[in-house]
Amino acid sequence: MRIPPAILTLLAGMALVLFGLWVGQNVNLLPVDASANAPVYDELFRVLFSIGSILFIGIVGLIVYSLVRFRRRAGESGDGAAIEGNLPLEILWTAIPAVVVLFVGIYSYDIYDRMGGMTPLNDHSMHGMQHSEERTWGGISPVAYEADGAIAPLPVDVTAMQFAFIFHYPDSDITSGELHVPVGQPIALQMKALDVIHAFWVPQFRLKQDVIPGQPTLLSFTPTRAGQYPIVCAELCGPYHGGMRSTVIVEEPESFAAWVAKNSPNPPAESSTVVQS
Amino acid sequence: MTLSLNPSESLQPQGWLRYLSFSTDHKVIGLQYIVCGFLFYLIGGALAGAIRTELVTPLSDFLPRETYNEVLTLHGTVMIFLWIVPVVNGGFGNYLIPFYVGARDMAFPRLNAVAFWLIPPAGILLISSYFVTGAAQSGWTAYPPLSITTPATGQIIWILSVLLLGGSSIFGGINFIATILKLRRPGLGLMQLPMYCWAMLGTSILVVLSTPVLAGTLVLLSFDIIAHTGFFNPALGGNAVVYQHLFWFYSHPAVYIMVLPAFGLVSEILPVHARKPLFGYTTMVYSILAIVFLGLIVWAHHMFTSGTPPWMRLFFTIATAFIAVPTGIKFFNWLATLWGGKISLNTAMLFCCGFIVNFVFGGITGVALAQVPFDIHVHDTYFVVGHFHYIVYGGTVFVIFASIYHWYPKVTGRMLNEPLGQLHFWLTFVGFNLCFAPQHWLGLNGMPRRVAEYDPQFTLINQFSSAGALLMAISTFPFLINVVMSAFNGAPAGDNPWNALTPEWLTSSPPPVENWHGEPPLVHEPYGYGVTPGQLSLEASSGRDLWNLGQGDQR
Repeated sequence: MRIPPAILTLLAGMALVLFGLWVGQNVNLLPVDASANAPVYDELFRVLFSIGSILFIGIVGLIVYSLVRFRRRAGESGDGAAIEGNLPLEILWTAIPAVVVLFVGIYSYDIYDRMGGMTPLNDHSMHGMQHSEERTWGGISPVAYEADGAIAPLPVDVTAMQFAFIFHYPDSDITSGELHVPVGQPIALQMKALDVIHAFWVPQFRLKQDVIPGQPTLLSFTPTRAGQYPIVCAELCGPYHGGMRSTVIVEEPESFAAWVAKNSPNPPAESSTVVQS
Repeated sequence: MTLSLNPSESLQPQGWLRYLSFSTDHKVIGLQYIVCGFLFYLIGGALAGAIRTELVTPLSDFLPRETYNEVLTLHGTVMIFLWIVPVVNGGFGNYLIPFYVGARDMAFPRLNAVAFWLIPPAGILLISSYFVTGAAQSGWTAYPPLSITTPATGQIIWILSVLLLGGSSIFGGINFIATILKLRRPGLGLMQLPMYCWAMLGTSILVVLSTPVLAGTLVLLSFDIIAHTGFFNPALGGNAVVYQHLFWFYSHPAVYIMVLPAFGLVSEILPVHARKPLFGYTTMVYSILAIVFLGLIVWAHHMFTSGTPPWMRLFFTIATAFIAVPTGIKFFNWLATLWGGKISLNTAMLFCCGFIVNFVFGGITGVALAQVPFDIHVHDTYFVVGHFHYIVYGGTVFVIFASIYHWYPKVTGRMLNEPLGQLHFWLTFVGFNLCFAPQHWLGLNGMPRRVAEYDPQFTLINQFSSAGALLMAISTFPFLINVVMSAFNGAPAGDNPWNALTPEWLTSSPPPVENWHGEPPLVHEPYGYGVTPGQLSLEASSGRDLWNLGQGDQR
């Protein structure tokens, strides 16, 4: 006795969904996660990867199956069945993608909220709205920032120019070509561009923000993993765009404090209190 | 209606010379578009080859850095404005739309010829800027302030060239709207038109609504460059983000201008080779209209990292993701068209199926990219490069090849060589996926787009990608050999080698001037495959027979 095709289809669908879920959980295409919002991003990535795998394998499977099963055999003539449509079926495959897309949209909104993207920027920026030269644009506030306002963010001024990033620590008055940050402390980047549009991107932080001339931009994040990661300019900015790179060095608070003490032109006592605060 | 020759017809050159003339015959103009576009495709492909050669090594060692930026700018501009947009709109649109509406030519034949003849000078202008003064270096997006600070001559020539091409596109769009709405054969309803007409109607609406915005934007940008005005120049109090809004207001719909006609062409090709009616005609039509509407309100998803406010990010995320719904309808309907058919797995069909596979992949990465948090990591990286090549190459260019294999017998009266076609498909399909699939990984792991040098850890994957590009270049040869040789030696095709029911097959191959030997046939059911025997003979080998049947068939 043959197994009814409906049951085989159901089993194939279940296998496909399980495979998609497994792939989403086990495939690892992303670089190491080194900021508070990177794991949140990776969670979204896994969900999207699962849904995408299910859809892609399902549709490609259906095409290959159709091409094999319904191929024209040698000597065969005539047409397929004159089926011009099936409204309930068409409504079904309008509704299912609509639900999936809606789910993805709401879920990614939630992710974005957890990354701090939907929190209104601070009062300073609200005040700045009246003075266009002080406007802060976009940017993402870190999760830790909100969770326990205990740790004050470390401000860093970033200047992007052809073809370098310059980092300046207003508290300790250090100017550096590399970004040194302590693990676990929120960092508040005040970014400005001198000439053309650049973009500040650290792949391991899953963060990118364009730096646009005339529009000072705020970007916040909390590094969570010590190490050295590339800072990449992601917006075409001229001939040496590919060479416009720097490094962010995420280090333990003690070694960061030592770095500040070593490089600060200010008295050490002052800079150390800044770091401890 | 009596057969009346256009008075100017006798002044038109005959023979091959007419393809170099100011011909007003829509079929000549269509072929002019396609051949001219293909020549520019070869140039754009050579530029892509230069890019992939540079990226074989992590160092900038093949081209000077300025030249590399010129090459990537020209590659994007040539491929979009001189190959894909003209060919899927002007090329196939001009050739097919008058047949589909039962007309003898387009509504405005001279405007049509003007629209085509704007393209070669614009293209030559653009390419020659590379040799004369140095081409534009700011990418096809020409974002200020970079486009204001890079050498002005090349940028201005780029603007002039794109303005000419935009003008050509608008003329074509007006012509298609007028032809489809006003030149239909009496008795032919809108909902009886072949799907490509609907695709071209939707596309032309997008062209006419959005291209003028690009033109205005580029004129303002040229003022900033030549006259040192400050529209987009922050140094003079301008706003660089406003340019991005205006640019993407055209350039996102431009994606649909490249893709919707391809959807239409696939809807013509699949039913013929699957021998089944196009599934869900009505939902296909409404999904095109929905894509047109949504396509106009999603542009800011290109600007999620440009400092757009949170509410805008949310709105454009949802609007963008929802385009997947009407697009999904089309793909499911194509699958249902294949299901239960009698599929001839010829080259045209293979390219259509390749298109579906590639486009589904590109669509899935597209929905992911629409999500702000996802986009913030991969924006302006090779992930995006991979994504949009899956849409415009894996999508539209595959359909262009499918269409050439499908309509070549109609245009020339000869068949293309099938084994060479299959070789072409497999080389293209493998080469394309080898070239662009790894680029998603590159983007996720930290390689930005438009760079001549990169982190050495990405060397191996970039070499895979370049090897794929080499395969794609090689794949052009069987195609060129096939197209040229078959024009002389191909097997005679007869009028209707595929036994197709759409109206262009119901006349001789190649079709006569003014398309029909008598009155245009009234085709109410362009996809009437599988109808009960006796109503339509699908075994009829002559288009004239089908045409007579079509005329008698007034269902």
